[in-house]
Amino acid sequence: MLDEIIINQLQAIVGKDNVLIGSVNLTTYSYDATADVPHAMPEVIVMPTSTAQVRKVVQLAAWKSIAIYPRGAGTNLSGGTIPLDHGIVLSLQKMDQILEIDAENLTATVQPGVVIQDLNNAIAPFGLMYPPDPGTVTTATMGGSVAENSGGLRGLKYGVTKHYVMGMEVVLANGNSVRFGGKTVKNVTAYDFSSLFVGSEGTLGIIVEITCKLLPEPKFHKAMLAAFNIMEDAGKTVSDIIKAQVIPATLEIMDNMTIRTVEDFAHVGLPTDAAALLLIEVDGMAELVVAQEADAVIRIVEENHGSLHIANSDEERDNLWSARRAALPALASLNNTVVLEDATVPRSRVTDMLLALAEIGRKYRLVLGTFGHAGDGNLHPTILADKYNADEMSRVHQAVEEIFATALKLGGTLSGEHGIGIAKMRFLGNEIGDSGLELMQAIKNALDPTHMLNPGKLIPREEKTHVSR
Amino acid sequence: MFPVEKSIPVRTVYDDLTAIQSELDKCMHCGFCMAVCPVYKTTKTESGVARGKIGVAEAVMAGNLQIDDQDVVDMLFNCLVCKSCMQNCPTKVDFGRIILALRCAVVREKGLPWVKKAIFSTLEHQGVFDLGMKTGARLSGLLFRQAGQQAIAPRASLALLGKSAGFDQNRRLPALAKKPLRDRLPDVLPVENPVARVAFFTGCSFNYLYPEVGEDLVSVLQENNIAVVIPRDQGCCGVPVLVHGDIESIRRLGRKNIDAMDNSGVDYIVTGCGSCGGAWQHDYPEIFRQDPVYGPRAEFWRSRTYDISTLLTDVTGYRIPRGQVNAVLTYHDPCHLKKVMKVSREPRQILKNIPGVIFKEMARADACCGSGGSYVLTHFKTSVAIAERKINDVNHTDADTITTGCPACMMQLSDNVHRFGRRQKSGIIFLFLPNRTAKRKRRGYSNRLILPNAKVAATFTSLQRHWKEAKAF
Ligand SMILES: Cc1cc2nc3c(=O)[nH]c(=O)nc-3n(C[C@H](O)[C@H](O)[C@H](O)COP(=O)(O)OP(=O)(O)OC[C@H]3O[C@@H](n4cnc5c(N)ncnc54)[C@H](O)[C@@H]3O)c2cc1C
Ligand code: SF4
Ligand code: SF4
Repeated sequence: MLDEIIINQLQAIVGKDNVLIGSVNLTTYSYDATADVPHAMPEVIVMPTSTAQVRKVVQLAAWKSIAIYPRGAGTNLSGGTIPLDHGIVLSLQKMDQILEIDAENLTATVQPGVVIQDLNNAIAPFGLMYPPDPGTVTTATMGGSVAENSGGLRGLKYGVTKHYVMGMEVVLANGNSVRFGGKTVKNVTAYDFSSLFVGSEGTLGIIVEITCKLLPEPKFHKAMLAAFNIMEDAGKTVSDIIKAQVIPATLEIMDNMTIRTVEDFAHVGLPTDAAALLLIEVDGMAELVVAQEADAVIRIVEENHGSLHIANSDEERDNLWSARRAALPALASLNNTVVLEDATVPRSRVTDMLLALAEIGRKYRLVLGTFGHAGDGNLHPTILADKYNADEMSRVHQAVEEIFATALKLGGTLSGEHGIGIAKMRFLGNEIGDSGLELMQAIKNALDPTHMLNPGKLIPREEKTHVSR
Repeated sequence: MFPVEKSIPVRTVYDDLTAIQSELDKCMHCGFCMAVCPVYKTTKTESGVARGKIGVAEAVMAGNLQIDDQDVVDMLFNCLVCKSCMQNCPTKVDFGRIILALRCAVVREKGLPWVKKAIFSTLEHQGVFDLGMKTGARLSGLLFRQAGQQAIAPRASLALLGKSAGFDQNRRLPALAKKPLRDRLPDVLPVENPVARVAFFTGCSFNYLYPEVGEDLVSVLQENNIAVVIPRDQGCCGVPVLVHGDIESIRRLGRKNIDAMDNSGVDYIVTGCGSCGGAWQHDYPEIFRQDPVYGPRAEFWRSRTYDISTLLTDVTGYRIPRGQVNAVLTYHDPCHLKKVMKVSREPRQILKNIPGVIFKEMARADACCGSGGSYVLTHFKTSVAIAERKINDVNHTDADTITTGCPACMMQLSDNVHRFGRRQKSGIIFLFLPNRTAKRKRRGYSNRLILPNAKVAATFTSLQRHWKEAKAF
């Protein structure tokens, strides 16, 4: 435990109610949504309600050399919020005000604790949307999603979080706060600091305000489900759709293992013998354009021997979506531990990756189902295991290593959206090399020389901790 | 009959905490429960939400925390057991069972605090309970004033005292009935050529707080050609004691109620309260699962218990009233009605079919109102903050009347519509009032709300202190 003087000082900064101590509270901030990573207890949880408070907490922590672990909703899947070095968990959830909705400039300015869906609800009356929609859109915070550079189901057409951040205010490790970017569509003043902090996983500064870009909500959409008897046909459909210059809002895939599990779990009437399913949705502002795009997709699916189910009403569309939404829960219901990865490959290699994943599952005798964002190559191989079975868990770890190695071999990346955190830190060098690691270190040392912010995450602590290829 | 005290070996999660491990393992810590947990939305702390409570339970099972640690106990009782989290849980973790199993374990470890023991035991002794309630009703004339005359402002010091204890003089409560429902109605209310014979399981709220509403329910049943029996020996359903971890008391109450219903010779049990209905549909079958005598009988009634709205819309058929009610209505889904009994379409169907009614859906109609039985007493501030959100959602509709299907929600909404409400003229009424008014004009129940006077506020505060000191809250 931190000594009483520090606790008192923290209480003086944020108020007594916003400082949580005691073993129950400490226990409840010792984990996040990530399975199979170590848990660790913080010494105190501090919930600031203003930027001024954040600065004071950071100054106090810097003065006393206490680690700070920024935290949004704790829904990340890379162990990013686990307080490995104990210290302070800085929960930003009480900074939850939408500061401005500027419908004229198509921007919104929010505090970091605003839940993504709450922003969407607030801008819906203006006919606007904030497109990044991770699976956790109803719980994840804007700060957490910016720090994690979250993606989501609409990533293919609408991009990911980094495409929507226009400006920020950040509290640095020295307690200073800086603002950069803003509402102008064009802004080339100074370095592109927004890009530096998007995806920084809480290691470079604490995001206290975000100005983001909004888009008009598309007025028309058409959803369909295509079933394929062989995986290759599904993969070819994905690349043919893109080749035909149709960019669907959603292009999701599910493998046979996932299909069968979803059907068992949710009884939505899926073809359990299909090798793969694609959920495809096109959208847009003009009815005619949407209809033409839908026709093109239908033609391509048929050419690739897929059988189609087209939604003709909102209700049917909902039904199709429910199958996709049930994918993770259905798989998760199979066992007590869900290892959800997000290895990502170029779109053209999706089929290769899917086939390789199935092989990895067989090789390590694991229950492995894959679903994910086929359109952008971002797949979620999901392994279901029994955490009480040491042998099985060791096979899980071997499989995970092989998954990453395969993704890199196919020209892909370790993480399409979940970040590096603790979970993938040791593989980092495999993707960006020693010089890449050195660059990471240099930036970290420049901005946070004592490694006070989220230590133990993203940036390996020793010189060369990555495993050799 | 079998002696109700006879103890039969049983092993449910409420008797043996280790059995909860597999349910805990289902939780993948995704945090989806945060989106709907009313406590979390107010406190923004992990210990408020199901994921956090499960995290603590895991620590307890691993031996890293003690179940009787005061912080653990406090956390366990800072939950409405509204089961909202379960609706949003992708892997269908049965959190309701987890939280109650933990509370039962606390009670096994620490025993029941004396205040609770005293109050719960009166629930089991119907005569004593009845007498207490009737005396209370007689005294209330002395101690409470009608909410109608709102001129008196509470003295500043008192209001302050009350507020800090979570009980101010602005609090609206329903008056205790001078004559409980079961004393007002005959045992049997026959109709000619009945389409069904049902037993009305009245529950405590209808019996002591809203007997007029109970009478309405009965007459609606009769008008629909349903013969009604009010078994004399029924008592409290036991859910209020189970949520405090008192598994023994609910078992005794459950046996008594099962005996009463078995003896009534009816086709169905009808309830007007989601907690009572949930007891028959879920809790009794579960807690008597391994009881060779009561297990099969609990199982028998499971599928024969209906909320009144389901009975009318789906089982016996429903006659649309001929009269007209000109009202703009909205409907609040009671947690246990929607999330335990899965009843939400039926009340809307009934309301929308009343001639003249304009139905306006509010946002988040199924968000908890913050009542949670005794939660409103022990965590008044959080409870009011939760209710404020609810009333704000109501304010955003044009509704002049809020309806709901649960007496406890009625109580909470009536109290808070006075604090935060805007346009709602008629206050809060039960689902069937509009239907009744279509036939026979009747005064709104909000007129029967009362305000406590200073003395009562003080007595209440001291009683509440005892509750709190009893600490198992
Ligand atoms: C079931 C499930 C589905 C998911 N689906 C997706 C998906 O489709 N796409 C996707 O990209 N992700 C997905 N995720 C991962 C996760 O939900 C997202 O990354 C989310 O954006 C994290 O937000 P959060 O508020 O929970 O952040 P947290 O988990 O609290 O934090 C994430 C990281 O950001 C840092 N951080 C938090 N707030 C701040 C701040 N204000 N300033 C600086 N650093 C901060 C933390 O230190 C941590 O490193 C999913 C997770 C689950 C459990
Ligand atoms: S939603 Fe369910 S699985 Fe997810 S954290 Fe809450 S209880 Fe656990
Ligand atoms: S039962 Fe209700 S109050 Fe308790 S954790 Fe679940 S949602 Fe929250």
